[in-house]
Amino acid sequence: MTVDTVTRAGGTPDEEQPWRELGLREEEYGRIREILGRRPTTAELAMYSVMWSEHCSYKSSKVHLRRFGDLPRSEALLVGMGENAGVVDVGDGYAVTFKVESHNHPSYVEPYQGAATGVGGIVRDILTMGARPVAVMDSLRFGRADAPDTARVLPGVVAGVGGYGNCLGLPNIGGELLFDDCYIGNPLVNALCVGVMKHADVRLAKAEGVGNKVVLFGARTGGDGIGGVSVLASETFDADGPAKRPSVQVGDPFTEKLLIEACLEIFAADLVTGIQDLGGAGLSCATSELAAAGSGGMRIDLDTVPLRDSTLTAAEILMSESQERMCAIVEPGKVEEFLAVCRKWDVLATVIGEVTDGDRLLIDWHGERIVDVPPRTVALDGPVYERPMARPADLDALQAAVPPAESTDLRADWLALVGSPDGCDKSWVTEQYDRYVQGNTVLAQPEDAGVVRIDETSNRGIALALDGNARFARLDPYTGAQLNLAEAYRNVAVSGAVPLAVTNCLNFGSPEEPEVMWQFAEAVRGLADGCRALGLPVTGGNVSLYNQTGDVPINPTPVIGVLGVHADVRQRVRGGWTTAGETLLLLGESRPEFGGSAWASVVHGHLGGLPPRLDLDAERALGGLLASLAADGLVSSAHDLSDGGLAQALTESALRYGVGATVSVDGDPTAALFGESVARAVVTTADAAAVLAAAQAAGVPVTELGTTGGDALVVEGLLELPLDELHTAWSTTLPTLFDTPEAVVGSVPAGAVPTS
Amino acid sequence: MRIGVVTFPGSLDDVDAARAVRLAGGEAVPLWHADDDLGAVDAVVLPGGFSYGDYLRAGAIAARQPLVRAVVDRARAGMPVLGICNGFQVLCEAGLLPGALTRNSHLHFRNRDQGLRVERADTAWTSSYATGQTIVVPVKNGEGRYVGADADLDALEGEGRVVVRYVGGNPNGSSRDIAGVTSADGRVVGLMPHPEHAVEDLTGPSTDGLGFFTSVLQGAVSA
Repeated sequence: MTVDTVTRAGGTPDEEQPWRELGLREEEYGRIREILGRRPTTAELAMYSVMWSEHCSYKSSKVHLRRFGDLPRSEALLVGMGENAGVVDVGDGYAVTFKVESHNHPSYVEPYQGAATGVGGIVRDILTMGARPVAVMDSLRFGRADAPDTARVLPGVVAGVGGYGNCLGLPNIGGELLFDDCYIGNPLVNALCVGVMKHADVRLAKAEGVGNKVVLFGARTGGDGIGGVSVLASETFDADGPAKRPSVQVGDPFTEKLLIEACLEIFAADLVTGIQDLGGAGLSCATSELAAAGSGGMRIDLDTVPLRDSTLTAAEILMSESQERMCAIVEPGKVEEFLAVCRKWDVLATVIGEVTDGDRLLIDWHGERIVDVPPRTVALDGPVYERPMARPADLDALQAAVPPAESTDLRADWLALVGSPDGCDKSWVTEQYDRYVQGNTVLAQPEDAGVVRIDETSNRGIALALDGNARFARLDPYTGAQLNLAEAYRNVAVSGAVPLAVTNCLNFGSPEEPEVMWQFAEAVRGLADGCRALGLPVTGGNVSLYNQTGDVPINPTPVIGVLGVHADVRQRVRGGWTTAGETLLLLGESRPEFGGSAWASVVHGHLGGLPPRLDLDAERALGGLLASLAADGLVSSAHDLSDGGLAQALTESALRYGVGATVSVDGDPTAALFGESVARAVVTTADAAAVLAAAQAAGVPVTELGTTGGDALVVEGLLELPLDELHTAWSTTLPTLFDTPEAVVGSVPAGAVPTS
Repeated sequence: MRIGVVTFPGSLDDVDAARAVRLAGGEAVPLWHADDDLGAVDAVVLPGGFSYGDYLRAGAIAARQPLVRAVVDRARAGMPVLGICNGFQVLCEAGLLPGALTRNSHLHFRNRDQGLRVERADTAWTSSYATGQTIVVPVKNGEGRYVGADADLDALEGEGRVVVRYVGGNPNGSSRDIAGVTSADGRVVGLMPHPEHAVEDLTGPSTDGLGFFTSVLQGAVSA
């Protein structure tokens, strides 16, 4: 087979090239020819096609994401957007890096591997910054819980998230599991990883120093995941399209665990000048991004790349998304020591090239030059589109469709709500995740926020929450994005932490649909405005577009992550009631707000009206109050009110340790129990007078609800729910839907997936 | 007292086991799987995790490493050895303990706070407990279903070598609710649940697990 060299490309300008099949548009192909002054070689075309894909280039979202960069500079932000993950200062010399990434399309095609490699990818992003990964979270959305395809996708996704994270020794400390018809052909699998390091240990993805070596280490390169980003992540699924399974990568968490330990030892010995993980677009991405971020060029000898499959072509090697690989820039004098650390951990490491003083990325194959490009044009100067936008034509009608506001059977509605797939006990999922490993998990699911200790001596720690209510965002994406931010902020605050920084994973439909683009732009504008109001920086994020089946997009789903700091994790506040005889207080103001509520959805199958009124000043006041109550040890539990309102929150707090309560509510009982007004939390205390005084000083309204105790939830004059009955309604939903009968033991080949 | 904690490629709960040793008042000595010799340690903990990815059978490759052969030799001479989760699997694969750990009957990885009844309070690792005492420690595994031939299980029971048993629900389908067993001399103990994750109020469901580590330390003092 003839190798398509740079020389040959110069001499055959009219040769037909498969740019369309690789996902490029005609004008994009034209621009590549213009940049190079000739047609690209096959290998160059492969590189540009993956790097200019929506997934890698953010070509549709870039113009909107600039809003995050316009936020006021935060003193806590050590490394901002643009690197693999943002880094924030959490005090005592510690820095924390955290990020969410989507692996939606691969998880639909191949649930186990799609989800597993989603976890693997985000963990490598965190590792690349120089941090030890300390925890993961997952935010999952599936189609209707009883739909046949959900039974195919959900168990595999959950097992994949668990299988990979468990095998890496990373505790899973929380997340979300929600269901909606709109995700039936397009589930969302968003994974978060958080890592910790000292300030001085931050690493950047940059190739500096002429003569420094480029070292590829980790797994061998195989044929899996070729074109994953361009084919899978950047296109809409068609019902009659070809099977896309070969585009999904296959994960090996054991190799990744070794890679983590080797990297941390390499960082500690100061053996690298720059480092980048190989994720989407594989070597194309790593080499062009490293070179583009540095001041020189780079030369790579592709024949030295260790292969799993010797028949791969040069273009395939460049596009492969084989997992568990990293690329480092190492000074010549440190290469031997670098390779020795890799040998100790049984990690394969190979010098594949060096940093040059030119400004070109040069790649050779079988002794001939097959790539000669300016790296910036591949990595940074991709196309940027100002896509047309249009407010959805149905939005006025949707907002005008005011939801019902009166329950005809409070007791039945309550049980339906807490037994619904969104409101029910998630243990069936979370029991598949290791939450104890590393021994620093202070709070994990079902708590509102995950809390991890980062220093065993000072007890400094961090809190994290992920929230993404898509019903609110469907009704009003600008407000919806801010409501999600507010909920994550509140979830971190109820644990007693001080919120510090924000990340996001923006899941939307096709950017080529003006109505989707409008939703996206509105959500970004909302998130930026919300962060400005709360005084929090956006440290980075991920955009996932083309989440639709045919021409039906998913509800806009901006998943927002908030990181908070605990000066002393021993002061963390839990969500469950442990003690009878304590006073139950509701913080914040309740209004009859049902637009986009869980009650309207579960009981009435209704989505319409406007989402609850946003009040970020009230969120800030509540957050400050919760932090001071925790620091002063004045509350023994705190739980935020969100989906399902007071009924859901009381249920979760009571069932946690089996302690009931007797409460009374004023005014309209439907609004009091099921309304979803924001900036609210329920706390229990043995010193009600002190909490009331603190709330008054903070300007937070307080309502006395009642007293903990007994084996039922009693709402005086309205209803009584024995905890046993409540527990049955709450806990049987997921096992009934998804449990595997024991009779199938032995039908899965041993060793097919790591499990112990 | 010096307690060695072995790290294999893929070990995950090694830092936790070392922390538990320290909290109990002992000195934790890191041991590397590729070393030949245990050095001056008085006891050894084989921690949880996925040694070598558990891609063959859980614990099978680790059981054949030089360091584990050294552990086996010293154990036969009476050195206390505790295998937790993957460490229990290694001890069974190495022939120090009877039986085998197979895939959970429900096929899922399962992590929950688990009740255990201490059946034997006179082994090297359980002397801090009272016989019949109920404790709560986390369990987390995918291949934790303890199995053995009926006759062998009868013999184990007859010899009183079941150390801990699941109560309040069996998390993985183990035969006769067996959570952990011991060697004939009571010096080697293996169990699937994780006592090292129940050593601090802040991070565990209880501090009930600390007793495994204080037991071996007290044993050394009284010996």
